[in-house]
Amino acid sequence: MSTETKKEKMAERPARGGRATFVEALRQGIWEEMERDPSVFIIGEDVGLYGGAFKVTDGLIDEFGEGRCVDTPISEAAIVGAACGAALMGMRPVAEFQFIDFISPGFDMLVNYAAKCRYRWGAGLPTVFRGPCGAGVHAGPFHSVNAESFFANTAGLKIVEPSTAYDAKGLIKAAIRDPDPVLYFEHKKLYRLPRLREEIPEDDYVVEIGKARVAREGRDLSIITFGAQVLNALDAAEELDREGVSVEVIDLRTIAPMDKSAIISSVKKTSKVLILHEASRTGGIGGEIAATIAEEAFEWLDAPVVRVAAIDTPVPYSPPLEEYHLPQIKDVVNAGRKLAAY
Amino acid sequence: MATKTETKRKNAGKNKAARDGDGNGNRRGANNGNLIAEKSVEAAITTSIDDAVDEKPQATAAAAAQAIEEVATASVNADGEMICQLETSLTRDQMLELYRYLKLTRLVEERLVNLYRQTKVVGGVFRSLGQEATAVGTAYALQQGDFIAPLIRDLGAVLVKGIRARDIFAQYMAKAWGPSGGRDLNIHFGDMTKGFIGPISHLGDMIPVMTGIALGARMQGKNLVAVAYIGDGGMSTGAFHEGLNFAAVQRLPLIIIAEHNWYAYSTPTSKQTAVKNLADKAAGYGIPGHIVDGNDVVACYETMKRVVEFARGGGGAAIIEAKTYRRKGHAEHDDQRYLPAGELEEWERKDPLDRFERHLISQKAATREEMDKIVADVEREIDEDVAWAESSPMPEPKQAAYNVFDNTIVPPALRPPVLGGE
Repeated sequence: MSTETKKEKMAERPARGGRATFVEALRQGIWEEMERDPSVFIIGEDVGLYGGAFKVTDGLIDEFGEGRCVDTPISEAAIVGAACGAALMGMRPVAEFQFIDFISPGFDMLVNYAAKCRYRWGAGLPTVFRGPCGAGVHAGPFHSVNAESFFANTAGLKIVEPSTAYDAKGLIKAAIRDPDPVLYFEHKKLYRLPRLREEIPEDDYVVEIGKARVAREGRDLSIITFGAQVLNALDAAEELDREGVSVEVIDLRTIAPMDKSAIISSVKKTSKVLILHEASRTGGIGGEIAATIAEEAFEWLDAPVVRVAAIDTPVPYSPPLEEYHLPQIKDVVNAGRKLAAY
Repeated sequence: MATKTETKRKNAGKNKAARDGDGNGNRRGANNGNLIAEKSVEAAITTSIDDAVDEKPQATAAAAAQAIEEVATASVNADGEMICQLETSLTRDQMLELYRYLKLTRLVEERLVNLYRQTKVVGGVFRSLGQEATAVGTAYALQQGDFIAPLIRDLGAVLVKGIRARDIFAQYMAKAWGPSGGRDLNIHFGDMTKGFIGPISHLGDMIPVMTGIALGARMQGKNLVAVAYIGDGGMSTGAFHEGLNFAAVQRLPLIIIAEHNWYAYSTPTSKQTAVKNLADKAAGYGIPGHIVDGNDVVACYETMKRVVEFARGGGGAAIIEAKTYRRKGHAEHDDQRYLPAGELEEWERKDPLDRFERHLISQKAATREEMDKIVADVEREIDEDVAWAESSPMPEPKQAAYNVFDNTIVPPALRPPVLGGE
């Protein structure tokens, strides 16, 4: 058995709160939930002994043992299916996809089994499916995807994507305690970003799923976004502010079920909307947000709703190509400037 | 070790002896006047890899029907007709209970066909005609705390697990009182208290789910066995492989019942897989594979019992291949135009219920009158259950919006008003 494999040193228990990066906050959250509730366990490829490709689950096996830190074969369908089965038995699995690109081999199990179980026969599945998403790190077409809109059209899956260390911890705890399947996407660029290091509470706290936050207050236009693009939105807002444009930034935090009232409130305040996301434009979640605004706040609009997103290509590898593919701060500033002047 | 040719020749002799009832031993009259096949149960159900690769796959189900007589525990009665395996730990009462479940399964399905023809069934009707013994015999070897994930053709296993026929009728009729409240079809529901987890239409998906049942149970210190039913078609899926491989690696007590019924919709087994026996696939997972005559309810029970003991005792996963035959089409609409001439008739002769009735009579385990009484009871139960299901209302349309999520947290997905109006 793999328990016989020697580890050179045991990982340390993470601090409780304190100054933490995104990945440290996330790891604290999982650790504390495993301490709190013996039915919580982790499952995935290289999550145990190795601690995960991005070390999100580092050291959990030392503390909680192999029984609750399950290293699997390369089998995303088995990971999702086994998580569902264990959840039926009353366990609370936290399953990892090594990269969110590899959620696709588990797609069938997610959309057909996990998503429909409660609806079909009342068997809610308290499951978390998490992993690193997102581009901008020159990882090419198969380690860069943003998968939220693959799943947003499937009833029965909640989708969250935090953009701060505080939310990373609060949302993973909420996801683990949720009675239904939650897809938890972590933008890999955020994991160790010094800018995101912040003081988080020592106390147990959760961030409610389904609630957006106002990341920056403004009057002239709203940028609606989530994940790593929140940082681009904030930087663009700073630049536009120097030009006299006051920008509000809404960080959705949850993509499904979406906090429509937070979106509509911001639209009513600024009357101009820029939707920003990192996935490709066509069929992206931005279209759904724009449609919601058109239906529910049309009379409050002073300008067309504008989308800034990746172009409709796979994510290319070479830096200049990837830069062209992805929405950049300058794209957001340009769009914001035009929108403000409309 | 005997060479392959020698083994084959030796077996051929034995099998002929078993069929003719006059081999080298004097078996006639040895036990209640019955003929007993010499071939031991053990030999019949344990696969040999040599055997698996030494020749081309069986091309047709008719050939397989022949092979069953040669390979299986072909006991026969005084008239030379096949009965069931004689060696058994089943009591007389258990045998009668098995008979009841077999009859219940068949008669529930026959009633469903009637309801379908009266347009009272909303979707299709899927029959297990000819393969009831596999589902009933294997499920009967389980304990209450064990879990099954049947396929659509395993109604017998669902009934053995304690699900009432009225739930099945209500499901097929899309009624509000059905366990899924009209949200899903036929046996697509579950009851965790009874150890029944209904399948979804995506074949193979229940294998990783049942691996998870076993994994979760192990974490909870429960010593249960998880059983997933699959067919020659479903075993071609990726989910089947991933789920079984993971269970094998973890040595989880997952038992695969591989129902070799020869057709996946219209596609014969020869177009699903290049192995001769589905049990041969076990070698690829490092787990034991067994073959049983799927039309012999006693053999199904006994083989399952041994494999359950193995799995529960820490042995890990296993495959039991049940050689049987799907005598109806994929569903009621399927005219089976793809069947070779004579194949159905060949398998009608091997009907598992007729065979078990002959067995009970020849073993003096039941009289015709006792069996008739069981059938009458089953028919009365079905009448009551159909009446109950028919009396159920259809679901309230608005119920479609509920239970996607826990509605105490996320509101139901009611149809939104247009432009703020109705």
